[in-house]
Amino acid sequence: MPTTLTEDQLAIRGAVRELCRDYPDAYWREVDKAERYPKEFIDALTKSGYLAALIPEEYGGAGLGLTDASIILEEMNRSGCNSGACHAQMYIMGTLLRHGNDRQKKQYLPGIASGDIRMQAFAVTEPNAGSETTRIETKAVRQGDKYIVNGQKIFISRVKQSDLMLLLARTTPYDELKDKTRGLSVFIVDMRNVKGKLDVQPLDIMINHHTNTVFFEDVEIPAENLVGEEGMGFRYIIDGWNAERILIAAEAIGDGRWFVDRASKYASERVVFGRPIGANQGVQFPIAQAYAHVEAADLMRFHAAEKFERGEKCGAEANMAKMLAADASWEAANVCLNTYGGYGFARDYDVERKFRETRLFSVAPVNNNMVLAFLGQNVLGMPRSY
Amino acid sequence: MKILVCLKQVSAKESTLRLSEDSLHVRESDLSFEINEPDTFALEEALRLKEQLGGEVVVVSLGPARIQTSIREALAKGADRGIHIETENAESVDRTWAAGLIAAAVREEKFDLVLTGLQSDDLGTGQTGVILAEFLGLPHATIIMEIQIEESRIKAKRELEGGWFEWVEMPLPALLTIQSGLNKPRYASLLGIKKAKSKEMRRVTPVELGAEVSGTNALRLRKIYVPVKSKNTEFLDGTPKEAAAKLVERIRREIVSSPS
Repeated sequence: MPTTLTEDQLAIRGAVRELCRDYPDAYWREVDKAERYPKEFIDALTKSGYLAALIPEEYGGAGLGLTDASIILEEMNRSGCNSGACHAQMYIMGTLLRHGNDRQKKQYLPGIASGDIRMQAFAVTEPNAGSETTRIETKAVRQGDKYIVNGQKIFISRVKQSDLMLLLARTTPYDELKDKTRGLSVFIVDMRNVKGKLDVQPLDIMINHHTNTVFFEDVEIPAENLVGEEGMGFRYIIDGWNAERILIAAEAIGDGRWFVDRASKYASERVVFGRPIGANQGVQFPIAQAYAHVEAADLMRFHAAEKFERGEKCGAEANMAKMLAADASWEAANVCLNTYGGYGFARDYDVERKFRETRLFSVAPVNNNMVLAFLGQNVLGMPRSY
Repeated sequence: MKILVCLKQVSAKESTLRLSEDSLHVRESDLSFEINEPDTFALEEALRLKEQLGGEVVVVSLGPARIQTSIREALAKGADRGIHIETENAESVDRTWAAGLIAAAVREEKFDLVLTGLQSDDLGTGQTGVILAEFLGLPHATIIMEIQIEESRIKAKRELEGGWFEWVEMPLPALLTIQSGLNKPRYASLLGIKKAKSKEMRRVTPVELGAEVSGTNALRLRKIYVPVKSKNTEFLDGTPKEAAAKLVERIRREIVSSPS
């Protein structure tokens, strides 16, 4: 942790920690087992304004910077909670904030800030277009004052816990485009009042993440719900990627610290062959090494966040922070499980739950291999590798 | 209603406690700090009374510069202003000295009600509140579970032993030491944290208050130590009947007669 955290940032960290104390291991164990949404936790965060950190004050938010927001998410995971259930409410609105018109911002942002409107689903990924976003096929065809949407999305999280969903859909056929990054548009889908058929099928996955396949069949979206200009949607979502990666890095750092905390405590207390297992270098050193890697990744996270807040280009740093933090948290997770031995597999010790949860960061929202491809090509100038 | 809440900053629950070389302190470099938990219930009660009756909530604390984070936290939760009595000796066991400093710092303000937590999570003497009441010349009651304000009087429910309670009544101004668990302390909101920065924080030193810089020697801490864990297994021999009889006798003699 850098020594330059402001008084406010330290206060935010302390306040989130205090809130998280009321949602201890047993709460998350129960939520995970029942595969239910942690509504009470989200309500407490919303009521205290933490999910509105990034919304400007004029729209009822706290108007804080990305570093502050990242501290909130980090502290949740550091405390053993799962920020994955709510992080999107914090940052999906960024697309609306940056590219929406005044009417849209006034209509939706105050409600998102107060928690009355939940906007934490962003439908981008499709079965035939994973990392290759420009290949998505879900179509939005303009008919008078509305668009008609048909298609399929996958891994769309928290749809059932959202009132509004942002949707990236194709408004110009791929073959007609000269610039293949054009032709996609972002829409606000109000799921409280859907015309047409919007079918949401939950996916059964290894973590309690409430992600879905979503089918659109003649879903009508008023033309006024188009965000920004038609055809510019891919640009708009790229704009949000750096912020998302930095926030995800902070979540992974939080997990990493949780694993290191738990592992070092258990290693100091668990006595086998007459002494604490942590007295063995074979147990102690991997924990110390994981700690060092988490702390190093954290420096990149703060470096990226500082550049982001200064308005500088930070694609490389944001991507590196996400990859390094995901690697470090995964290393810490494995070390923690090794330290706990068989008990690490027992649900009552919580390590297996966090182990499953932190694995996601290596894969989503961007795969670490795509980060390496970005660095190799765009930073180091090597040929495109994919 | 003008309410004063006394806060103490103590080591956080998750801190690793290790003794200093002289066995008189816990090593501070290992610690992180937080508001003494019982005081958070006193603060919450004060904020609720203010919401009902209007007025002002002021928090006071003594200690080094680091305690300002705890005062700011109270301001973020809704207190209106803070008083920081600057001293390096906040952990002195001489609570008469500590209470005297608080009394000197707040006497002129004429608070209607003073609330403290029942005791601190570090020293746990439970004395500061009641000594402060004496210094300020206020009626007081301890271990309070519920408060009712009626005009210029206050009714307070005290917790007694064994599940018993009693109601006491006294005129205002008064001082109450609050039992933990009587309410659910609120969280600091994000906007509250932002606003706290601009709230007043008065700083005073013991010298400015005309008091001793450190505690007197009336009460001195001799040694802090970690109890040595011990285990003693004893086998009662004889037939099962004889062993059972011996066991009953031992239970009667050693456990039932021990202080509860």
